[in-house]
Amino acid sequence: MADQVLTIPDSLNVSSRQITDETFLERLHDWVVTVDHKKLGILYVLYSVFFLFVAGAEALCIRIQLLRAHNHFLSAAVFNRFFTMHGTTMVFLVGMPILFGFANYLIPLMIGARDMAFPRLNAFSFWLTAFGGLLLYFSFIGGFGLYGVGSAPDVGWFAYAPLTARAFSPGHSTDYWALALIVSGFGTLGTAINIIATVLSMRCRGMTLWRMPLFAWLMFVVSGLTLITITPLTAAQIMLLIDRYLGGHFFDTQAGGSAVVWMHFFWIFGHPEVYVLVMPAFAIANEIIPVFSRKAIFGYPAMVAASAAIAFVSLGVWAHHMFTVGMTSVSNAFFTLSTMLVGVPTGIKIFNWLATMWGGRIRFATPMLFCTGFLFQFLLAGLTGIMLSVSPLDWQLHNSYFVIAHFHYVLVGAIVFNIFAAIYYWYPKATGRMLGETLGKWHFWLFLIGFHITFDTMHFLGFMGMPRSIYTFEPDRGWDRLNMIVSIGGFIQGIAVLIFAVNLVWSYYRGQPAGDDPWDAWTLEWTTSSPPPEYNFATEPVVRSRRPLWDLKHPEDPDWRYEQ
Amino acid sequence: MRPSSPINIFAPASTPASEIYHLALFVFVITGAMFVVVAGLLCFAVFRFRARKVYEACEPPQIYGSNQIELAWTVIPVLTVVVLFLATARVIFAIQDAPKPPAALDVTVIGHQFWWEYRYPSLGIITANELHVPLSHPNRPTSTYLKLTSADVDHSFWVPQLAGKTDLIPNRVNEMWIDPQRPGLYLGQCAQFCGIEHAKMLLRVYVDTPEQFEAWVKDQHRPGNQDPSVAAGRRVFETQACMNCHTVIGTAATGRFGPDLTHFMSRSTLAAGAAVNNAPNIREWLKSPDHFKQGSLMPAMQLSDQQLDELVAYLSTLH
Repeated sequence: MADQVLTIPDSLNVSSRQITDETFLERLHDWVVTVDHKKLGILYVLYSVFFLFVAGAEALCIRIQLLRAHNHFLSAAVFNRFFTMHGTTMVFLVGMPILFGFANYLIPLMIGARDMAFPRLNAFSFWLTAFGGLLLYFSFIGGFGLYGVGSAPDVGWFAYAPLTARAFSPGHSTDYWALALIVSGFGTLGTAINIIATVLSMRCRGMTLWRMPLFAWLMFVVSGLTLITITPLTAAQIMLLIDRYLGGHFFDTQAGGSAVVWMHFFWIFGHPEVYVLVMPAFAIANEIIPVFSRKAIFGYPAMVAASAAIAFVSLGVWAHHMFTVGMTSVSNAFFTLSTMLVGVPTGIKIFNWLATMWGGRIRFATPMLFCTGFLFQFLLAGLTGIMLSVSPLDWQLHNSYFVIAHFHYVLVGAIVFNIFAAIYYWYPKATGRMLGETLGKWHFWLFLIGFHITFDTMHFLGFMGMPRSIYTFEPDRGWDRLNMIVSIGGFIQGIAVLIFAVNLVWSYYRGQPAGDDPWDAWTLEWTTSSPPPEYNFATEPVVRSRRPLWDLKHPEDPDWRYEQ
Repeated sequence: MRPSSPINIFAPASTPASEIYHLALFVFVITGAMFVVVAGLLCFAVFRFRARKVYEACEPPQIYGSNQIELAWTVIPVLTVVVLFLATARVIFAIQDAPKPPAALDVTVIGHQFWWEYRYPSLGIITANELHVPLSHPNRPTSTYLKLTSADVDHSFWVPQLAGKTDLIPNRVNEMWIDPQRPGLYLGQCAQFCGIEHAKMLLRVYVDTPEQFEAWVKDQHRPGNQDPSVAAGRRVFETQACMNCHTVIGTAATGRFGPDLTHFMSRSTLAAGAAVNNAPNIREWLKSPDHFKQGSLMPAMQLSDQQLDELVAYLSTLH
């Protein structure tokens, strides 16, 4: 029977004893050469959390500079570097690695496997990503190389041509930007291939695709989407380097090249990229909301179908970033329609989460608090997205603070909230200790308040005509007070994140012991010990439904009776 | 002159902006209704279904899904999308494909790092940073059609009260139009990151009554001032590098990289709106362009105090 299969004999559980005998150097060596998916997953998450602090600090510097009109905290040049690095870091060094970190850690555990399909490729991908990040930040001291003056990229995270041409961007900062992202992009591709292979070939006995946890499903879809989207970015960056050093004219407008071609390349990466970032956040919600509502996910097949639909439609919406570049009216209408259509499967997801909570017994532990925040904020982000898809309205709001507010609602309000939820939810599994609930609640409420003070206000600045990327603004524009409010909210978020950092460290040493299954959850990762042994499961689990632990805990009423 | 009202997309003064404004209201109503319904249901679920005691012994009834319900919340959003799309498409075509009235004025706008060049081909005028356009009457529209391009990198022309933004892209010509129906000054600024001084690439559009506009055109047609009392300043202008980049019609200065200065004093600001155009500011600007605009492409010419005074005196006569 299943419960025999899932129990691990104590004699086999040797990993914790081993660690205590090792010296620091041996442990460090162990982490550097590891091919264990769990250690790599933790490395990804720590790497991303580190850069979250870096990019957050950059954002706070930006907000100090914008506290009032004609402020002199940062020079124009430094401001431009900071907003470029903030965006690039958050997308490439925080968003993607942390979500792939969760995928790495969780997918083998959730599908009852002992590791990813290609453990060495996994390690290689992580280190490529890590070196990509280091290369990007080395630009602060190496941007001008031998000229002796450091300079980070300052062309915006979208790096529009021809501002990136050597005529307008001398020195090497743009090269650092392109090369760092090419390197980390290859790491991302490796991980995506790995996840696809793992999901397709490593599932335990009885786990058909249709019984796989939604987390694994969504990561599978995201990985496919990643393979399609990273490639055009890498191609465009190679073309950019050819332009800069080998006399190419792809984007060189003085020689007949096209600035618009860069935009097409960038956004056919850039828009699906948003879904690459947000779907893992959905994946997290798909695990946490049912467990804390004490109900099975509502409409599992519809959730899978909606995810695939989002991935598919998201490949046909990129030019909604380009409504102002002078496309024809027919193109503008087409991309308006395709963009609005993304709202339909996205809406289905929100409704299914709502239906999952409906009639449940919702426990508001910290992970669920963050997920609830996510639901409200993602709803609003989706609706402002509909507003921006209306191309005439986008002619007004494009590149304004309204857009900044909209995508931070997605990236922070949805993704970062769910990343926090995921860390609170799976930290006990990874460390064997619970994160402190009191600190967690402080973290949640302060972050929520700060988030809304900052990003709700930004929408109004957009209505009032404030464009993005400006290092200062004129006193006669009437933007002073709102900018002050935005900055104050930023600092409240900063304090909340510091509380989170304290909680991470404090709980590692002093947190309550978690046990194997602290949340009374249903997926396979909760059957093994916390932290799991290197081999995950002593014997291969066998499953008969989407919620193997539910079946185990409720033998009188198992899921497999009802699932189709 | 004070701006006619604070910058705001909800205070339209021209047909494209007001079409967008009305569409925006419609979209806000629909999305607002969606928000109220879904957020209301979410709030209800959060309060009604929260666990009363932390760990209740029994689990709630498990419900796995319902195809009817899934269908309902697929079809209703699809219908909403159809409505929104049709309303949007009408406005896209109404703005982008509007027929050009015969009395329309053509202006070519050229973006530079970090200033605006305006050319009126039919009037033979070249000016910078402050755009003058005639008032348009709904029955006899004298709209202004802008042809937009760039000399260097991407820029974007955005005056929220007059129209949505359109990008200025090198090696490409974009078009937009405005038909402002209230005279006054309208503010805006570059909306596409274009380099270090993107923040100080400010826009000022003066909507003139027909009489004002005629007077302005007449002024712009006068040749540059040749006042002999400022010959010393003019000599500085023509012997230093100034004339390499700036034009003063009627003199040897025919540079094209910087703004045309023939009627410099007819503009109320300098450095693309970064400072008020008066003698002390001009002096500061010539002495150290970074003072108003860090990273401005105009170099500091290292002039002596006397040369500065002479140059300011000369520039101040260019009405």
